[in-house]
Amino acid sequence: MCSDLLGKKAKMAEEQKPEGSAPAPPSGDGAAIPADKPPAAPVPSAPKPAAAAHPAPPKPPAVMVTTPWESDITKLLKERFTDGITEFSTYLGQNFLVAKPDIAIPILETLKLELDFDYLVDVTAVDYPKRADRFEIVYILYSFARNERLRVKACIADGYTPATAVTVHLGADWLEREVFDMFGIQFAGHPNMRRILLPDEWQGYPLRKDYGILQQDDIWVKENLGIESGQ
Amino acid sequence: MSEATFLDATELVINMGPQHPSTHGVLRVILKLDGEKVNGTECVIGYLHRGVEKIGENRTYQQFAPYVDRMDYVASVSNGLGYCLAVEKLINVEAPPRAQAVRVILTELNRIASHLLWLGTHALDIGAITPVFYCLREREEVLKIFENYCGARLTTHAFRIGGLQYETYDGFEEEVKKFCDWFIPKVDEYEELLTNNRIWVGRLKGVGILSADECKEYGVTGPVLRAAGVAWDLRKAQPYSGYEQYDFDIPTAQNGDTYDRYTVRMEEMRQSTRIVRQAVDRIPSGPIMGKAPKVVKPPVGEAYVAIEAPKGELGYFIVSDNSTQPYRLRVRPPSFVNLQALDRMVRGGLVADVVAIIGTLDIVLGEVDR
Repeated sequence: MCSDLLGKKAKMAEEQKPEGSAPAPPSGDGAAIPADKPPAAPVPSAPKPAAAAHPAPPKPPAVMVTTPWESDITKLLKERFTDGITEFSTYLGQNFLVAKPDIAIPILETLKLELDFDYLVDVTAVDYPKRADRFEIVYILYSFARNERLRVKACIADGYTPATAVTVHLGADWLEREVFDMFGIQFAGHPNMRRILLPDEWQGYPLRKDYGILQQDDIWVKENLGIESGQ
Repeated sequence: MSEATFLDATELVINMGPQHPSTHGVLRVILKLDGEKVNGTECVIGYLHRGVEKIGENRTYQQFAPYVDRMDYVASVSNGLGYCLAVEKLINVEAPPRAQAVRVILTELNRIASHLLWLGTHALDIGAITPVFYCLREREEVLKIFENYCGARLTTHAFRIGGLQYETYDGFEEEVKKFCDWFIPKVDEYEELLTNNRIWVGRLKGVGILSADECKEYGVTGPVLRAAGVAWDLRKAQPYSGYEQYDFDIPTAQNGDTYDRYTVRMEEMRQSTRIVRQAVDRIPSGPIMGKAPKVVKPPVGEAYVAIEAPKGELGYFIVSDNSTQPYRLRVRPPSFVNLQALDRMVRGGLVADVVAIIGTLDIVLGEVDR
């Protein structure tokens, strides 16, 4: 009931958006970012003139407008992993690389041992159900010596079991368990691949996009809590 | 025969929590003991799991802001600051200088409040009853400032995306300054009670050692890392909200034991007071809201923004698909990652020290479970 209301409110906010954006500052501001970036491929060049001509907001690009990233790190990794790394990019001043999933862990290892990225900040995933490689695993790294962050991303299909990062960073243990818990991605070689936040017997993976906000494991709730619904 | 087997079996598995006062919430620890010695542990968490990240995907950017206060509820101002900075990064808006100064003041006051609650409960766990009354008395003054500022004491929702919702109230500066002057002698008072207290030193020194390398291996940050000798603080390493303008030190210690973590946090309270004093002396005038749109709709993209929360690195990784709601919102909670090192810290120690070590990690289960 309560969440229904909230859902409606969200929809209302969505409906209000065209009026809100007409006066100019809101959406004009948002669109200014891609336009500012000079090396940004053909995508943003099209909407630019429209912005000047008409109060109607220009259509923001449908993809992340990144700039290429080059440094000593990319040089070494390119030499080492050749075409295993498909992209080196920067977005909003934050560097990331996209690698093939089977070499993600060797990359983490090289980064740790040779380039001082010795602190694994986070492991998480993003679900894109429409893509063939449905999940994007994101490793966020930091180097104390360089005072620099970077992200290593790998795209995997549903059912693919990426290798665990525990062999490189012990701290990956719980983080990978949480990814398994929320997305159902099994990590091969993980010492304790069990759910961590939800009960072990829970069915379903809540952070997948096809898992509804009100959805839950009704059978578990009934059996363990003795109520019809946890809502 | 059966008697002999019984005597041979020296290992005992006992259960601590989830309803145990020293777990500071609902944490269940399964301990494997050999007499008094701890041979291994397993943490069972998730009792407070509310699916914060899923909720984030189903709320607009502004609607989600109050939810972050409910994660680390003793440092809600820090949570709010991290979230606002992350969204501001995505929409390329910066809070005006006046808003930044007020943000720094409130966040540092919140760090003091968080450390005070930690000190009181940690001392209580170990058997020193008095400090908790003193600590909560001083914390009350911080909460009063929050209440006067935004009407709430704990889940403050003090900041907005782009700046601040409220102007400071009349007498804000004086009240904050008065608090700073009044507070420093109180820290000395706690130190008098504890720092050289023989029982306190005996219970803490050499207990739950976590070396700098182990901290990095586990991703442990915050006072725990600094107590192991690494002078790393995101406020210095990658300053945000104008922290580079303020003069303060990063307290460190060498041994990485429970006692060192205590001294580091005590000094951090003094340093926070120092920052608050500087900030309150030069709050610039000007607007309190940046050019944040009414409907936040960041362009397609992603960003990871982290701040130094009282417990360590608090990060938000947000993926935007150019709609009014985040496509994916990941919270990198310091408590969750730090708690992972508990097993390493208690293994080989005594069962009585488990309580001291859980206390010294300064976890909040609301943030561990999200």
